[in-house]
Amino acid sequence: MKILVCICQTPDTTAKIEFTNANTQFNTSGVQYILNPTDEWYALVRALELKEQNGGSVTVVTVGKADTEQNIRKALAIGADDAVRIDANPDDAYVVGTHIADYAAGKGYDIIFTGKETIDYNGFSVPGVVAELLDLPQVSLAAHLTMDGNTATIDREIEGGIERVQVSTPFLVSAQKGMAEQRIASMKGIMSARTKPLQVVAPKDVKPLATVAYYELPAKRQTVKLIAPEHAADLVRLLHEEAKVI
Amino acid sequence: MHTKSVGQDKFQAHDHYWVDELLTEEHRLIRETVRAWVKREVSPVIEDYAQRAAFPKHLIKGLAEVGAFGPTIPVQYGGQGLDYISYGIIMQELERGDSGIRSTASVQSSLVMYPIYTYGNEAQRMKYLPKLGSGEWMGSFGLTEPNHGSNPSGMTTHFEDKGDHYLLNGSKMWISNAPFCDVAVVWAKDEAGVIRGLVVERGMEGFTTPETHGKWSLRASATGELVFDNVRVPKENLLPNGKGLKAPLGCLSSARFGIAWGAIGAAMDCYDSALRYSLERIQFDKPIGGFQLTQKKLAEMITEITKAQLLAWRVGVLKNEDRATPAQISMAKRNNVDMALHIAREARQIHGGMGITGEYPIMRHMMNLESVITYEGTHDIHLLITGMDVTGINAFK
Repeated sequence: MKILVCICQTPDTTAKIEFTNANTQFNTSGVQYILNPTDEWYALVRALELKEQNGGSVTVVTVGKADTEQNIRKALAIGADDAVRIDANPDDAYVVGTHIADYAAGKGYDIIFTGKETIDYNGFSVPGVVAELLDLPQVSLAAHLTMDGNTATIDREIEGGIERVQVSTPFLVSAQKGMAEQRIASMKGIMSARTKPLQVVAPKDVKPLATVAYYELPAKRQTVKLIAPEHAADLVRLLHEEAKVI
Repeated sequence: MHTKSVGQDKFQAHDHYWVDELLTEEHRLIRETVRAWVKREVSPVIEDYAQRAAFPKHLIKGLAEVGAFGPTIPVQYGGQGLDYISYGIIMQELERGDSGIRSTASVQSSLVMYPIYTYGNEAQRMKYLPKLGSGEWMGSFGLTEPNHGSNPSGMTTHFEDKGDHYLLNGSKMWISNAPFCDVAVVWAKDEAGVIRGLVVERGMEGFTTPETHGKWSLRASATGELVFDNVRVPKENLLPNGKGLKAPLGCLSSARFGIAWGAIGAAMDCYDSALRYSLERIQFDKPIGGFQLTQKKLAEMITEITKAQLLAWRVGVLKNEDRATPAQISMAKRNNVDMALHIAREARQIHGGMGITGEYPIMRHMMNLESVITYEGTHDIHLLITGMDVTGINAFK
């Protein structure tokens, strides 16, 4: 089974979020990057499990500059066989999806895995773009996947329940919690990652469809005002005059 | 088995000077890996084991898998073939979890595998190192004696040549891993009074390892004695290439280097917990982190951690270039352990009464560090090493 896993890096969850350039750019100074957790914990690990059961290969692909290689090595240390870095800035989902689809086209992947979303910009469009450009069926929000021959049975989490779908290879699936459990690389894995192939691919010319007008941080949470039960009238007045919700 | 609920490990790393940029991609990957392992395997159970004064033996396999046993030993002998900064990073992350766990790894790597690799012959390397690297065998290191701590050259443990074997007599004290070790690297005097290293194996008649009980420190690490009562040691167990006190001191230099890094881990854990607590704990209608006296403590902590990180990094670079002197390593060990102990005490104050409970790691780190500041050369002895280095005058005796 030939599997491609799309990975990306995101700022560490502890990173300080600041913007520069009239709030049009994220200030990356001092920011540390991690593998996007849904890519790492669910997509990559399930792909590795399928390879371990059925044989085959797992390739990881990312769109990014050289600073992403630390996280690519991490994916190799966890167990991917080889990696591809498409040497372009991931400007928007269209750019990323187009680069990945260009790379994957004609290579005969049975399954393309992605995480369900990125935890930085909450982006979730790349899987759709890749599937559309490659004319593949896409199953999103997948929490469970089993293979029987060329047929996958996949549970999708939907509002208040589960939807079970079946799809035949080749297909694209975006994975979420439930799909697999996080794996910690072993030192043996880290050492073998040194020599696993990491191919850098020159990008085609793709222009983003979206540009960022500006970023805004959420308003600071107001301190809580406690109103004694006997002053209910004050509560109503504050809700009307200050909070302006009634 | 006792169980006790402990708070989730919310540790976040602090890197005020972006020291990360001085590390390689692989260094950072190793750190993230060991950190994730500690969060998953060590943090949830360590408080319980420390409270019960039990060693979490089930962690040995995982320690081997994350490369904690013999990181700098070449791969063909069962090590990881990593550089010294990687070794330091592994020790830092383990000690972020607990100094006792780090001690177990330090002993195995620097005090058992290092001397067998450095002073042993090929047959000894092949016999012992792969099993020590995989954690199948655990080792201990016997240098300190009941009456010879800071002055190891006065040791009385000795061996005689009996033709087809050596006969070993004496005892060693304060030995980490002793109660469960499979092999012990033991330093003893030959008939000419020259200090030599011998590998003593469990099961040799007359070799016992009574456990030391009642410790208030390193409670999750097993400590004991090594007692040799007419132990017949095969001649092939003598390490041929180390003679004199400088052989065991070479091991200590390697271990002290790891401690200089490890202490940063304990300090970071205390600081991180204190910082978070100071922002959550409300007194006089505001977080206590908003008061000047708390900020003074926090600001001094991160300043000292930053200095210690740079010291450890620099001595790591020197060690990689094989240029680090024992005196430079002494300074880093002394400074960083003292720094960590001060931070543990200040962090304890910030936590108020909560700081004395097992809900927070502070008191455990603080008590552990009382051992760390004493073993592998006491705080005062390291001062004298620096003193001798700068004046050229020996003030030890």
